[in-house]
Amino acid sequence: MLERLKILSELYGVSGDERRVRKYIREQVEPLCDEVYTDRMGNLYAHKKGVGKKVMVCAHMDEVGMIVTGVLDSGLLAFTAAGLDSRAIISKRVVVGKDDVPGVIGSKAIHLQSMQERKTVLQMKDLNVDIGAKNKEDALKYVKPGDYISFTTKFSEMGDGLFKGKALDDRVGCAILIELLKENYDCDFTAVFTVMEEIGLRGAQTAVVNVEPDVALALEGTLCNELPDNSRRKSVTRLNEGAVISFMDGGTIVPESMLNALKDTAAKNDIPWQFRQGTSGANDMGPVHQGLAGCKAGVLSVPCRYIHSPVSIASKSDLDSVYRLAKAFLKESRFKEV
Amino acid sequence: MDMQLMQDIVSVYGPSGREQAASDVIKAYVEPYCDEVYNDVLGNLIAVKKGTSGKKIMFSAHMDQIGLIVLDIDEKGFLYVAPVGGVSPMLSVGHEVMFQNGTRGVVSYENKTKKFTEITMMEVFLDIGSSTKEEAEEKVSIGDIAVFVSNFVMMGKKVAHRTQDDRIACAIVAEALKTMKSEHDIYAVFTVQEEVGTRGAGPAAYVIEPDLNISLDVCSVGDTPESVREHVKLGCGPTVKAKDSSVIVPMSVREFIKNAAKKNNIAVQDEVLRAGGTDTGAVQRTRGGILSGCISIPCRYIHTPVETVDMDDVDAAVKLVIACVEESELPK
Repeated sequence: MLERLKILSELYGVSGDERRVRKYIREQVEPLCDEVYTDRMGNLYAHKKGVGKKVMVCAHMDEVGMIVTGVLDSGLLAFTAAGLDSRAIISKRVVVGKDDVPGVIGSKAIHLQSMQERKTVLQMKDLNVDIGAKNKEDALKYVKPGDYISFTTKFSEMGDGLFKGKALDDRVGCAILIELLKENYDCDFTAVFTVMEEIGLRGAQTAVVNVEPDVALALEGTLCNELPDNSRRKSVTRLNEGAVISFMDGGTIVPESMLNALKDTAAKNDIPWQFRQGTSGANDMGPVHQGLAGCKAGVLSVPCRYIHSPVSIASKSDLDSVYRLAKAFLKESRFKEV
Repeated sequence: MDMQLMQDIVSVYGPSGREQAASDVIKAYVEPYCDEVYNDVLGNLIAVKKGTSGKKIMFSAHMDQIGLIVLDIDEKGFLYVAPVGGVSPMLSVGHEVMFQNGTRGVVSYENKTKKFTEITMMEVFLDIGSSTKEEAEEKVSIGDIAVFVSNFVMMGKKVAHRTQDDRIACAIVAEALKTMKSEHDIYAVFTVQEEVGTRGAGPAAYVIEPDLNISLDVCSVGDTPESVREHVKLGCGPTVKAKDSSVIVPMSVREFIKNAAKKNNIAVQDEVLRAGGTDTGAVQRTRGGILSGCISIPCRYIHTPVETVDMDDVDAAVKLVIACVEESELPK
């Protein structure tokens, strides 16, 4: 699973431009499923036909990134982004457009900054991507407004059982979901790799209509704000403490029956788990549980430090715990209880 | 209004996402007067009275109330919380709370960290009388939701209670079900999760596919000293909603409700709600679109511990619901 996660993490797939991720996942899951298809939004569905409840497990393919809004006379690129902190992107390496043109997000050197400038937070509109173009005309040979901009962070293992990379939110979910498709379950099972989660849970809105699930589960990368002096609730989750179970977030209140089934499955199988001790942030389950006639929805996550930045850190044991918990929930047909 | 019914329905525990106890109380009251009563997958309580016209009218009143969800339990047994729905940190402090299992507690705040007027939910905690984390965990788990406890404050015709929003509307629909007669199928839906973003009403309407939905909720008023200017006053009748932040009600639906009121000599007020959405909008945008309107109960001090309504408005709202279902012609 880790080798596959490395590949997934390094693929470029900013919201709305998930084609590389979709192509890779499609190749991986096609031998494992009865049918694989996409919808007009670009969501990828991997269906294992069965009888009984319709169970849908989601992971989103898209990652946070940027988009070119214009080319300046100097050849620098103006851009905009959603879900990114402008403080976290300065001096980062990026690639632009479908030809992966390399660039750098530049800013004024510290020598030249006034005291006031040093204290000021630069906004997206004050930052530019430098692709080394001589001028506007030169830049337009390689890129154009509307091109996507992605971070280029390489995936690697680090520390004691940890790994770092970009787009761990939510390629960790994608990697686990591919792995889950290797098993068979006593239900009609659809794995959905959704698009455009990061810009407003958009892909999931059509996915729920196409699948009509009775029970739905999201596999996510989530907040892990383990800064010095943070209490448990301020950190939301902790690295290496196991699979994260949500009780409520900005989009979903998890029903008691789902919460109990997940907690009980973890306990029975000796799988470490922790609560997501915060309610901010939302995921695909928001629109999914309210779609059509409604369904029962739960969320399992892998803690990711420094989420929504060019690089996050997560733990192999947490990744494994989420995989084992999701697998046990499905294998033991615990979805029948919710 | 049957005051026992009102008191039972208004007082029962039922924060967003954990409405089953409230659903059970309402179910017991409405079951004798309905052909079918059931919960759907999200927990909406749906009470059906069959008619003969082939048309369906849906009423929606939300069962859920705002609350506080436990995020963390500290070493000394204090509980830290996040809001469920629109809860003010300052208006929480000093109040009594209750969990689903009956555990009681009180709300206070870290008085060294911030001035009272500057507190956020981060500084607010619950004291459930425990001395250690272990002792607290015997009573309450992370993820459990507390609601504010409140007395019924009878002040002549006016009645205050923490949960008038929106149990008073649940009580009105339950009371109206007792005597209403209609040629149409009536679907009284007591919805879930309105306070966290009108999540329950849409899925209910999706299945029911009504020809008309009328939501019942509370609306703010402008009749208290130096209040923000609002047209609606307590005691002048229920309102016919024109707009809130979730919906613009079609003229045909507003006229339908107003005509029914006029025929039955029920005084109503026009309502344009400055802020806040209701189930009305969620239902309107279900499937290919559903005709959707709203009758509101004027209410002072919404989302505070003393939400106050006038019983004349409450009784008139019961009559207005009954008047609406007696109409043969539904709006187009």
